[in-house]
Amino acid sequence: MARLIFTRLLAAIPVMLVVATFVFLLLRLSPGDPAIVIAGEHASQQQIESVRMALGLDQSLVVQYVLWMSQMASGDFGNSVLSRQPVLSLIADRLEPTLVLATVTIILTVLLAVPMGAIAAWNRDGWRDRVVMTFAVIGFSVPSFVIGYTLVLLLAINAKLLPVQGYVSPFADPWGSLRHVILPAITLSIVFMALISRVTRASILEILGEDFIRTARAKGGHEKRILWKHALPNAAVSIVTVIGLGIATLISGVVVTESVFNIPGLGRLTIDAIQGRDYPVVQGLILVFSFVYVLINLTIDIIYLIVDPRIRY
Amino acid sequence: MDEPILEICNLSIGLNAPAGKEVVDDVSLTVWRRKITCLIGESGSGKSVTSSAVMKLLPGGLRLVGGQILLDGHEMTGANAEQLADLRGRVVSMVFQEPLTALNPVMRVGDQIGELLKIHRPKMGSQERKRRILELLGDVHLPDPPATLMAFPHQLSGGQRQRVVIAMALALEPALIIADEPTTALDVTTQAQILKLFRELMTRHESGILLITHDFGVVTEVADTVYVMQNGQVVEHGSAADILKAPQHPYTRSLIAAVPKYRFRSPLPPSDTPLVSAHDLELTYTTRGFTGRTRQVKALDKVSFNIDPGEVLGVVGESGSGKSTLARTLMLFETPDNGQLQVFGEDATKLRGQALRRYRADVQMVFQDPFKSLNPRRKVGLSLTEGPIENGVSKAEAVGRAHELLDRVSLPRDAMNRFPHEFSGGQRQRICIARALAMRPRLVIADEAVSALDVSVQAQVLALFEGLKNDFGFAMLFITHDLRVASNICDRVLVMHRGRVVEVGPTQTIFTAPQAAYTRELINAIPGEWDLTPAA
Repeated sequence: MARLIFTRLLAAIPVMLVVATFVFLLLRLSPGDPAIVIAGEHASQQQIESVRMALGLDQSLVVQYVLWMSQMASGDFGNSVLSRQPVLSLIADRLEPTLVLATVTIILTVLLAVPMGAIAAWNRDGWRDRVVMTFAVIGFSVPSFVIGYTLVLLLAINAKLLPVQGYVSPFADPWGSLRHVILPAITLSIVFMALISRVTRASILEILGEDFIRTARAKGGHEKRILWKHALPNAAVSIVTVIGLGIATLISGVVVTESVFNIPGLGRLTIDAIQGRDYPVVQGLILVFSFVYVLINLTIDIIYLIVDPRIRY
Repeated sequence: MDEPILEICNLSIGLNAPAGKEVVDDVSLTVWRRKITCLIGESGSGKSVTSSAVMKLLPGGLRLVGGQILLDGHEMTGANAEQLADLRGRVVSMVFQEPLTALNPVMRVGDQIGELLKIHRPKMGSQERKRRILELLGDVHLPDPPATLMAFPHQLSGGQRQRVVIAMALALEPALIIADEPTTALDVTTQAQILKLFRELMTRHESGILLITHDFGVVTEVADTVYVMQNGQVVEHGSAADILKAPQHPYTRSLIAAVPKYRFRSPLPPSDTPLVSAHDLELTYTTRGFTGRTRQVKALDKVSFNIDPGEVLGVVGESGSGKSTLARTLMLFETPDNGQLQVFGEDATKLRGQALRRYRADVQMVFQDPFKSLNPRRKVGLSLTEGPIENGVSKAEAVGRAHELLDRVSLPRDAMNRFPHEFSGGQRQRICIARALAMRPRLVIADEAVSALDVSVQAQVLALFEGLKNDFGFAMLFITHDLRVASNICDRVLVMHRGRVVEVGPTQTIFTAPQAAYTRELINAIPGEWDLTPAA
């Protein structure tokens, strides 16, 4: 297990190198002079030149590449054009709200969607199945900002049960934090839940037709045991795969949701950086998100090992 | 005094559709304690459906039409969920046919057996439960019970998994054990051990056994009472001795007649230019056992043999003896670590690119499972013409060939436009044979090609192979675990055991005067008593 984690992390290095190279080229090869863009609309020729010098853009592409890579390797992601702060500390400051939101979303989704899918499969074509599948169709088709604003209107503005927007750190005020994060988490998790409940249902239905389910039934005892002890663990590999893919797409959902609920996380930072043409920050974010993808994939691979003894790497 | 443990009276089961046909029609049978009752019939005769009705485990799409099932005094047809939860596993248990799929793949073997004890003996402590599981694993003669306890099903062989399923069936010493083709997927030596085990356990636990089989060899070996089923009805029943000696019903007679008889062929004179010449082939697999150690398995250990043009060489041996590895090596799916393999006068192991493609076209394979070896979403015509067209035959000619072959394997030409699921097992195997022959191969490898078929169908397919071989003149490597089948089609037989060639020689010599101890063991394990004098 330790060896797997180690080799996988080693394998992440070339992946990150490719991503870094791509980010490097994105800025250098995109049309327009980055120095002009970075210096801003009303900069004088002299200001543009000094930006060019500062960023090393007057050097050849190869020299720039080596320079960029060595900066990256030493953890120097450059400074934000807008705030002049180091990119890395900027990202670190915004990490917590996004992590809290993502974690609550994932927990909420897995806890609800997996049992929903399992019950739908067990109750195939019954009313519970119909309810779950109707929910899934709605979850897929309604855009998350519509769900977000609707929830705000109903629960925050009309019923006054929850705060409208904003963010409170769980370290400062756990209860307040949860109250703030619950609406955005529900908003984010609806699509995710629709996806996972559908996949859980489909894979359990497939497993329920297997021979070993009949064996389990022939053992006697209550039928519930067959669903939870035999069908669900066997469906786990496909469910875990989809949860992993879902977490990856969650990142794009975070951007929209954080805007709707005005949460100062990585999503907001991304939007602000793109709107402000803050190239160093955009680069840093792409690298961080890519690294998160790599980590998620590694985690999924490790979970495979745990849920299915037949899988060995 | 013997008492009945199961009484089925006038049981009828129909398709779950309006005006559905009855798949089980007015069946009555009785199973006694300390007796093995055999239910025999071909696939589709309703024997498995009847047995699953006893546990109220009817497959979807079927419904009970009428009749009664009295199990140890309990009426099963009207049993509710609570009664079933109590009776299943405790009073009646079942051994299923497919040892490879009957166990939960992600649950440890010990936990799967322990589950029964947890359900029915909730007060049993975990130490005591473990002791009981170990005892059961020992009862079914599994090697190293403590290690097996912790193993996952995929780490065990087919025979070992079947023993685990049997251990599960015995866990609570039920009054009735239903065994549905428990040995069909196993080789003869394992089958003999398991049948012996059934007898032994039955007397020890005072259980009754309902054994479902299509093999009269098995019936001869173990049955006390026999019921013969055809098209959902019991056509004949009586004591095993009576039925085997003096079958009354024509169907019973035809079933007994279809059991392969020994029929030795005179071997061809050896040729100077063999088609295949293998010398000292060696192939080692590295696997990881359930103890976590890596283990080297010599799948092929100094294997040498020849196949002459037009000859059928049989390969027999139990599962894991290296038969299939040999076939894969000959197909060049595996590269031997050592040794020479000359095929069609060329060094086969050195073939690459175009030459390899040509080689693969010349060597064709027919697989064991006709249900899985045809693409379910492709029409038969496409399967038959794809290979030739890929290899440069014009479409018109490929279609012509396919028509000819369908005629030859006695299937209608319109089969081209139908899907595999529209055919029975025997018909599908004919399609697979036609598919292989469409390539005009010089060598055909048949890997257990008739093992999944009913005996009567088996006889037809063997005759078909024989006829086609004469017409097309290909040589054949015929792999089988069934020695009776081997005797019917092979010129010479090669006996394999643990990757080694134990013995090779003309079929009749192998059967009547086996030299190696292992060959003798294999021949003795064949169920039933067989007359070794060749049939006319």
